[in-house]
Amino acid sequence: MRDRLRQLWLCYRLQLKILLISPFEGFLGIVFPLMFATATLMVYAVNGDEAAMAYAGLGAAVMGVWTSVTVSASTLLNRERFAGTLELLVAAPTPFSMVLMPITTAMATVGLVSVGITLVWNRLVFGVQLQIQNWLLFVLSVLAATVTIAMFGFLLSVVAVRYRTAWALGASLEYPGWLLCGFVVPIALLPVVLHPISYALAPTWAVEAMRIAAAGGNPWNELTVCLALGLGYAAFAAFLGVRLIDSARRNATLALT
Amino acid sequence: MSFNVERGETFGLLGPNGAGKTTTIKMLITLLLPTSGSASVLGLDVVTDVREVRRRIGYVFGGDRGLYDRLSGLDNLRYFAELYGVEPREQRRRIGALLELVGMTGREGERVEGYSRGMRQRLHIARGLLHDPDVVFLDEPSIGIDPVGARELRATIASLKDQGKTVLLTTHYMFEADELSDRIAVIRAGEIVAEGTPAELKRRVAIGRVLEVETYGVPEPVVSALAELSAVRSVAVEERDQFQVLVLQCDADSDVTQEVLARLSGVRVGRVGVREPTLEDAYVQLVTA
Repeated sequence: MRDRLRQLWLCYRLQLKILLISPFEGFLGIVFPLMFATATLMVYAVNGDEAAMAYAGLGAAVMGVWTSVTVSASTLLNRERFAGTLELLVAAPTPFSMVLMPITTAMATVGLVSVGITLVWNRLVFGVQLQIQNWLLFVLSVLAATVTIAMFGFLLSVVAVRYRTAWALGASLEYPGWLLCGFVVPIALLPVVLHPISYALAPTWAVEAMRIAAAGGNPWNELTVCLALGLGYAAFAAFLGVRLIDSARRNATLALT
Repeated sequence: MSFNVERGETFGLLGPNGAGKTTTIKMLITLLLPTSGSASVLGLDVVTDVREVRRRIGYVFGGDRGLYDRLSGLDNLRYFAELYGVEPREQRRRIGALLELVGMTGREGERVEGYSRGMRQRLHIARGLLHDPDVVFLDEPSIGIDPVGARELRATIASLKDQGKTVLLTTHYMFEADELSDRIAVIRAGEIVAEGTPAELKRRVAIGRVLEVETYGVPEPVVSALAELSAVRSVAVEERDQFQVLVLQCDADSDVTQEVLARLSGVRVGRVGVREPTLEDAYVQLVTA
């Protein structure tokens, strides 16, 4: 157990190091979320409704984590393929899920940094005041959003082991995710038929928990559902990972670029 | 195909591109599932004992890829040491010893993106040996390396044998296979066409002789005509900068030089010579027969 935790920690640290010295990841992780938050708040600013601006400001901050993880995670394994490291990772005795998890968590950490930067940006550029009644639960909710989005990224990345074009999946999920998770538009405004999808996405619950914590309410129910969904993603990804790797080994698609 | 490699042996797997060398290695290191037949490494089945096989083997391939360019050489080794389950207490000592072995002590703190191809390849070797594997698979490890780097790499590979490692090596460089391998299997289209020590393989063509003729712009019909000579077993054309070298494997008691030159009457000819067969000749004969 101790060795496993050490492996996860060291792999996480080194993967984060790779991301932090990558100009592409830096751009994707910091500048993109600021651009999206700016566009969102400019739309909301038309009505001059401060409550709506605060609502959108919080959601826009989490959009950055969602964007950086869904896009990066779905291209993760193709990048490993191009680097020639994918086969080495699969050939290692460490379970593949334990190899991927620290990588997607490192990606989410970059997203977490963007949450803070976006909140500061919202304040400085648009004057959106962040009124937080319960900081502890708010921070916990932000962390829950980060961790569960990382688990969602883990699930996405596993699919790309077998299907090389699965990177497109991440790109196609980026914008629908903003709406489905209720980052900038309340879920109640979406067609009812989409609600089950929204409720199956952990960030929906995380961002709701953030709003409740900010308003001084009790977000534990939302946090519990959010973390349960995150665990569900991780378990499903681990289950799927073994099968998809076997399939890739059978079809000789691990090394193809 | 079917073959056995003894413990402590360096076994060469030779064959043209697409013959199945890398596929064979990838099955043995559990990256590919065989569609039929069976394979075992150290008595462990490569399909059912995957985790245990992976713990006890090392895999090194040639080329620029397979490392994290943005990390230092040391960080790359630490990363893979964790994934290959090297005990934390062992890691520092093991990494230090391997850097020494591959001659990279003092350069480990630099980012891999600044390494030469030779340095990358030596780092690959160190990575493949991190967990002290019993069997090491080397898939064209010296591809693209300059002669000095390749010589150093061969010395490193030779030292693996001294450490008691079993090595399975694929290469396109015949002198490398000749120098390093205890035994060699030549494969063609997924089948073993010859197996034995380098000396045994050379003897397979040693009853013949090799005639080499430098030509300038020899046409294909002429090459085909030479192959039809009764004493000629095979003809290979080696492209050089300005000319082509015709390599004719001939019967031992024959002297076809005049016949060959007669058929090359319309072609500009350079040096002509006869020599004893090499492993490369044996290989060419085996894979073109």
